Order: sequence, then C-alpha cells, then structure tokens
Amino acid sequence: MAIIETKNLTYTYPGGAKPSVRDVSVKIEKGEFVLVTGPSGCGKTTLCRCFNGLIPHFYQGELKGEVTAAGLKVAEQPICELAKHVGLVFQNPENQLFALSVEKDVAFGLENLGVPREEMRKRVDWALKLTGIYDLRERAPHELSGGQQQRAAIASVLAMQPEVIVLDEPTSFLDPLGAKKIFEVIYELNRKLGITTVLVEHRLDLTAKYVDHIIIMEDGKVVLDGEPREILSSKEARLIGVGIPKATRLYQILQKDRVKLGNAVPLSSDEMSALLRGVLKA
Amino acid sequence: MIEVKDVHFTYPNGVEALKGVSLTINNGEFAAIMGENGAGKTTLVKHFNGLLKPTKGSVLVDGVDTRKVSVATLARKVGFVFQNPDTQLFSETVEEEIAFALKNFGFKENIIKRRVTWALNLLGLVQYRKTSPFMLSGGERKRVALASVLAWNPKMLILDEPTIGQDYQQKEKLRQFIMQMKAQRRTIIIVTHDVEFVAECNPRVLLMRGGRMVTDGEARKVLTNPEILTQASVVPPQIAQIFIKLSDLGLPKNVIDVYEAREILLSVLEEQAK
Amino acid sequence: MSVFEGLRFRRVYSPIHNLDPRIKFVYVCAIFVAAIIFWELLPLITLFLIQIPFVLLAGVKREWLRSMRGAVFLAAIIFLTNFIFSFIGAGYIVTAKSVENAVAMTLRFIVLVESFSIFFLTTSPDHLGLALEQTHIPYEFCFAFTTAVRFVPVLAEEAQTIMDAQKARGLELEGGNFLKRIRNYIPILIPLIVGSIRRSLELAEAMESRAWGATKNRTNLYVLKMHRGDFILIAITVGILATAIYTRLFFAIPSLNELLGSLF
Repeated sequence: MAIIETKNLTYTYPGGAKPSVRDVSVKIEKGEFVLVTGPSGCGKTTLCRCFNGLIPHFYQGELKGEVTAAGLKVAEQPICELAKHVGLVFQNPENQLFALSVEKDVAFGLENLGVPREEMRKRVDWALKLTGIYDLRERAPHELSGGQQQRAAIASVLAMQPEVIVLDEPTSFLDPLGAKKIFEVIYELNRKLGITTVLVEHRLDLTAKYVDHIIIMEDGKVVLDGEPREILSSKEARLIGVGIPKATRLYQILQKDRVKLGNAVPLSSDEMSALLRGVLKA
Repeated sequence: MIEVKDVHFTYPNGVEALKGVSLTINNGEFAAIMGENGAGKTTLVKHFNGLLKPTKGSVLVDGVDTRKVSVATLARKVGFVFQNPDTQLFSETVEEEIAFALKNFGFKENIIKRRVTWALNLLGLVQYRKTSPFMLSGGERKRVALASVLAWNPKMLILDEPTIGQDYQQKEKLRQFIMQMKAQRRTIIIVTHDVEFVAECNPRVLLMRGGRMVTDGEARKVLTNPEILTQASVVPPQIAQIFIKLSDLGLPKNVIDVYEAREILLSVLEEQAK
Repeated sequence: MSVFEGLRFRRVYSPIHNLDPRIKFVYVCAIFVAAIIFWELLPLITLFLIQIPFVLLAGVKREWLRSMRGAVFLAAIIFLTNFIFSFIGAGYIVTAKSVENAVAMTLRFIVLVESFSIFFLTTSPDHLGLALEQTHIPYEFCFAFTTAVRFVPVLAEEAQTIMDAQKARGLELEGGNFLKRIRNYIPILIPLIVGSIRRSLELAEAMESRAWGATKNRTNLYVLKMHRGDFILIAITVGILATAIYTRLFFAIPSLNELLGSLF
C-alpha cells in the first residue's frame, strides 16, 4: 500500500493567480527513495508541503483533491499529528535550528509531543549517532559548519521516528563533499531503517544513483513518473531541461553513435565506467 | 588586472581566514575560485573591491593599492554580485534598484536612464521594469541583482556562488551570459562549489583550502586530479571520474567535457574495430 | 560588530557555571539588597571582596575585568557628582569624610555591576531559558527568549553582508548631514527587515513540522536539579544577608577615617 498518495491534487496559494500544483496524482510506496525534480517554480516544494499538512493548515489557500499520508487524510489532521509520521527537512539548515545546543534542537519535536525524559534521551542519542554528530551534541548551532547544521536538522526530524522523511534541497548551501556525505547519510537511513525518503533536488549527478523512483514536475504538473533509468534516458526529460547526470548523457550520446553498451542505463560514473570497460576490452 | 601579493587576513574575532595568498588575474581572464566552505574564497574576493583590506601583504587593482582608495572608487572597476540577491534588493521597482548604484556613482540622469534600459534588456527583465523586486521569483531576483551591478559596466565582475539554487536551464543561461561577457574581454571571477558547472565553462581554476591556494591551473587539469580535489572537498566532475577509472586502459585522464569524451571513445573504438 | 561579538555565548564548565541560575539570581538580589542598605565604605569593600572568589572559581577573570572596565566611565561620573555635591555642601572644602563618602557610593555601584556581571558571565542563555521555563513562565515566552539569543549572531552576520553588498554598489555610509546619514541606512534596513520576515516564516514552518503545540504537557530534555553547590550558595546567600542586616541594625559602623585615626 502506498504510504503517500495524492489524487487529483490541485492547490492555489492564498492570493495566487493560478494553481501551483495542478491535478497531481502520485503514489509513493513504503520504503522507497523518491526523487522529485523539475525546473525552479515547477511546484516541487509546494507538493512536499502537502505531505505533512503545511498545506493546507499553515498556508491555507485552496486545496482540491485528496492527499493521504501514512493512512491519514492530510486535510483532516492537524500538522502536529502528521509531523509524527512525515518529517520535513528544509533547504536552509540555519532556519530549522532554534535552540542553543544541538541536542536540545534534536529533542525539540519530542518535547513538543510530551515524550518522557528517559525515552527522549534515548531517541535523541540514537538520532545523533545515526547522523554522526553525537560528539557535537552540546555545541551551539552557530559553532557548526553548514553540513553539520544540516545533519542536526535531519537528526531532529529523525528523532521523531517518522515513517517518511521529506528533504527539500537539503544540500544547496554545502560544498560538494559535504553534500555527498549528507546524501550518503540519507541513503543509509533509507536502506537500514527502511524510512521512506522523498528528496527534492536539482543535482541529479549526485543523487540519481540512490533513487528507486523519479517524479519530474513542470509548471505544477507531474510530467514524468517512474523508474529512474527509464526516465533519465528519455528524450522528454532532456527537453524539460532537467540536469541529467553526465554519465547518463554520455551513454545517450554514444547510443546514438551506435556504440553497443547494453540496455542498462547508467546513473553514475561507476556504472558508466563499468559499461565502457566492457566494450573497450572486448 | 588584479595582483594579490602574499595576503594575510585575520577577522576581528581572531579567525585567520587567509594565510598568505598570492596570485595575478589578468584582464579578460575567466577564473573560478573553488574549495570547501570556510576555505577563504569569499574572504579573498572581498579583497578585490576593497570590502576587506589585507592584514598583511597587498592587493593591487590595476596597479592601485586597495588600502589607499575607498570601496566606492574600486567598485567602479570591480563589480561584485553577492550570492543571495535578497541581501541587496530594497527598491520599490526593478528600475530603481538598477539605478541605485548609478546614482551613488554620480552618473547623469539621462545616462542613468540609458544604462538602466541597457541592463534590463541584457538580462531579459524589460517586462519587470516597474515591478517590485520582491514580487519576482528567486531566479529573476538573482538576475535583477546581476543587472544592478552590470549597469555601471564594471571592467571586472565577481560572482559569488552564482549557481546556488539554480535549475539546469538557469545555469545554462548563466553560462552563456558569462561566455558572452568573456568574449567582450571582461574579467570574470566566480566563486563556486559547482564542479559540473565549472567543467562546462572550462575556466582557469584556483583551488583553496584552509586560507591557502592549493592549485592554480586550467580546469581540465585541476578537475581531473582527485588527490588535490579531495583535499579541497571537491569531487571531480562525472566525466572526469569515468576517465580516471578507465585510465588503466590507456585512456587520457584529463577529460571533463561530454563531447570531448565522445570523440575520444569513438576514436578508440574505431581503432579497436580495425 | 564587536557589540554582537560580546553576545555570542560559549559553553563553559566551572563550579559556578553549573550552579542553578535561579539560586544565582537570588544571590545577586541578596548582594543588591546588602549593597543598598550600606553607605559606609567598609562593608562595601567587604561585599566587593567576597565576590572575587566567585570570579576566580568561574575562570572568567578576563571577561569580568572587561565588563568592569566598561563600568569605569559611569563609576567616574558617580564619584564626581557625589564628590562635588559634598564639596559644595561642606562649604567648599575637601574633607576626608566627603572623599570617603564619594568612594563608597562609587563602590556601591561597582558591587552591583560586579554581581550582575558574574551572573551573566556564568549563566549560559539556554540555562537561563531553562530556568525561566521551570519557574512556570509560559513556554512561548521562554522559547522566544532563547530563539532571540540564538539568532543574534546570525542577524549580525546578515547585517554585515548587506552592508558589504550595498557598499559594493557604491553606497557610502559616512558623510553628509544627520538626515542624509539616516537615509543612507535605508538600503541596509529594508533587506534586513525583509530577510527577517522571510526567515521567521521559514522558522514557523520548521516549528510546525516538528509538532509545535502538540500537547499542553510539554516535556523537557533537561531538568534543573539542585546540587550540593546550590545548597552551599544558598547558605552563603543567607549568611551574607543575615550578617548584613544584623550589622546594619546593631552595629555602629566606623568610617575608615575614624578607624585609621584610632589606630595611630
């Protein structure tokens, strides 16, 4: 059964001239790693806000259609109830840390839920260890690097033990290696704990290899939805102007030149170099 | 021309951000400064228009020591576009925003008008002339910020993290724009993390780490040297990664462009077929 | 930006830092009362000296000296006004008594500054926030307090960036008359305000996403517990206060002048 499902979802922000999300029907299965991408302003962030009830409860505006998350009807549940099931990590790590120490921030959600102290301590330590910032737990946010701050933000969502984590461009402020490490942490959480992961991201070269499912949006609509290899090698994806990983692009170009590389579309430099090794040795 | 001579810089709070950097950027050159967060990239470029003055050493812009002139004087020559447009937009309309610097520099009214129109056209913002900059989308706001600096036609242009949060098409537009500026022999310096973008632009790459310059060379050389890149928290671009992995097969290592990769692979395969 | 620099906090551990902020606050109030009820020099000197061990124990000597130096200017004014008034009152002659009096008044001020600076130098804002929470002040208020402290350095940095961005576009902040100078700051204030509004919206979004307001019975990761040190401080506080009141009521305190006179 799908853990998140939207049916004919259309949403307009208050005062918005036209809907930001139009007639979107998507299904996200339990345990999947889903990538949502598309040009700026295509509605990806708006769609994510529908998953934990920020839309319609926080933003209001006009919502048509239906969204269910973890079996709950989003329109009928308060955000604080949905927050137990769907955690959101935002783009700017700075603006999701409010406390004066990392562990206090990680505990914030649990404090709000009234979790008893011993249980809270356990879950906070668990989340800190999983994200690799246990040693930084007493630091103040401004003493951390951007990457560490974003880990703290992920830990603070993780501590609430949601079934789904939604991350909205979590690495745009980080350097490449910092970004890579964050994606590795996210991937591990997905594989080890089976947490359903929804990642909004432009940079497919860093992320495509991790994902099971890609949703591409344009102008508020879902235009492509399915298996990553199929989608990224499609002509439509390129026409929309999605930044297709260079390894995949090279594969496409060589295919056109009738170089026989097989049918498994590569998503990373590892996969592409393995394919090339095959033909070059032969 | 910008000459940086053994520059050290320590912030008032005691953080030593630059520990002896020397380099020269010639007129008409296109350079990308890369490196991990906190490597001192932004600190370095803030020396180019005098926002920061070296604690030790000197920076010369066209032969003038930056310590001897005001930021405003240097800014006429060196335009600086900040990473986040929201740190500068404040006017009621896009037109006024672009005119702001021109007024500060004391341009005449009729020249201001002409320049504003020119900058609006250049960046495709004509239809927003009378719109509030706060009503625009992120990408458009970034363009307004760029236009507001280009308006006074500075000889050198510094772009701090121009690709952050930009989608593929916006990056492509930016790349074309930079190439156009480069063709006009303008000096362009970008500070960036975006390896794939740098691989596509192919500029001179300056790699920094911990307040020092690690390497300085053409993109295809620097970006294909994994040891040096890792030191600076940079990952090689994908095409480079592929060729590095296949280097034992006798393929060249210094390839960063998809089409160049295609040429090389096709010729090797043709060779094989014979 | 050095003003903001002072507001950045750092977590330090010392027997004084670990004390319950509530008890420390009571201590500060006790010193305050003791300093107010005396106008003689000797007890004020005693009050001043009693606190030195706290500073040393907390290891904040340098910061403490800095804040005392900050008080020098005001202290000098207090001394001068007291001195001049008694000078005039005594018929334009300098008496040892009038000097002593002026010194005592100045010292009273210094003792107050001393105790408050010890409190603020040794109490981290999150400790203070926690103390506020556990004294049953509404959580929203405590949250606002700690969040404000949290964002002071962030906003200071942002203000600096905005200033740089506008200077890079030829804005000159100095120069011109008063009105012109104020107008110079508009290009800095507007982005700062707009940025703060945007930031607060993002913060609200993040708070909501972490179940803000889910239950009335909020729990807390930390709990303030009284330790041995706190009981010792209570004892000291009570001791100081009792001694002070007792001395005030039942002793005629000699002035330093008389004391020295009787010695020789």
